[in-house]
Amino acid sequence: MNKVEIYRGWCKKCGICIAFCPEAVLEADEALYPTVKDPEKCNGCRLCEMRCPDFAIVVYRNEESYPETDSSPGK
Amino acid sequence: MRETTHLVHKYLRSSKRFPHIWCAGCGIGIFMQSLIRVIDQKEYSKDDVVLISGIGCSGRLPVYVDFNTLHTTHGRALTFATGIKLAKPRLKVIAIMGDGDAIAIGGNHFIHAARRNVEIASFVINNQVYGMTGGQCSPTTPDGTITASSPYGNLEPDFNICRLAEAAGATFVGRATVYHTRLLEQLIGKAFEKKGFAMVEVVSQCVTYPGRTFGPDPAVAMMKWQRDNSITVAQASKLSEAERQGKIEIGILVDKERPTYHEEYQKLLRKKPKV
Repeated sequence: MNKVEIYRGWCKKCGICIAFCPEAVLEADEALYPTVKDPEKCNGCRLCEMRCPDFAIVVYRNEESYPETDSSPGK
Repeated sequence: MRETTHLVHKYLRSSKRFPHIWCAGCGIGIFMQSLIRVIDQKEYSKDDVVLISGIGCSGRLPVYVDFNTLHTTHGRALTFATGIKLAKPRLKVIAIMGDGDAIAIGGNHFIHAARRNVEIASFVINNQVYGMTGGQCSPTTPDGTITASSPYGNLEPDFNICRLAEAAGATFVGRATVYHTRLLEQLIGKAFEKKGFAMVEVVSQCVTYPGRTFGPDPAVAMMKWQRDNSITVAQASKLSEAERQGKIEIGILVDKERPTYHEEYQKLLRKKPKV
């Protein structure tokens, strides 16, 4: 299973990771920090990590279960 | 500083304060991460990379990263970059500018660096406003936009940075948004490989000034806007000029070969004087 780790110390709560997760894995907690709602749904695409302006998310990918994605623009 | 679990941490200066100064949801952080990721993929040594910036929000980028860095005067990133490339051609020279920095204050240097075709990978982070000074309109602010310096709407038509670079003679021109991070990384990689002047326009968002009109979640709303208004170069070629209005054309716009200035300069140095 893939693991998503969030560093609250660096997070500015902009909401980009929550809004653009293709599997809706993340949600905002009471203080509006992102938290992992559904870790099993994470497909390891790393889009949240790549789009985090504050380098506050790391996705540890389980390489065996990771499907190859195409890298065409817009995906 | 955190332990080096994130790839980016390997390249950050541990003496700097984090989180960085950019606003919550600013696109510069996303671009910075893409840039570092590509440098890491290419396995460039930290000592062989020079990052040069001008003034503005984007000017803070080289401050945070552990390469050879230069934070120069307003609009002059490309002039310093030209000098470094001529003196030390083996270095990978990267110039990072904002839209006001590159096109307004440094507009003259921008067109002449493209014309000379010095091998510089240049990136213009276009947030369509002067963010650091309080949200005044810049040369890329769309027509009619209300900003701090245009309270009744901007009267000036906006500059198309990519077309300007193409007309000035840049050998590689591309455009991506910070929403399209994978495309952005591809373009950064291609700009690094290019023997000649490469320019990539990075369409970004200023969440603080134009973002005020985008509701409670400006970063998300502005990135959705980027997603919904972007068209690829192939799609754009099928549309008329009127249909392309307001759309962001993303992808590779120019990729050609031309003799580079620093190579011609090295040849000249080796020639015997005729006097």
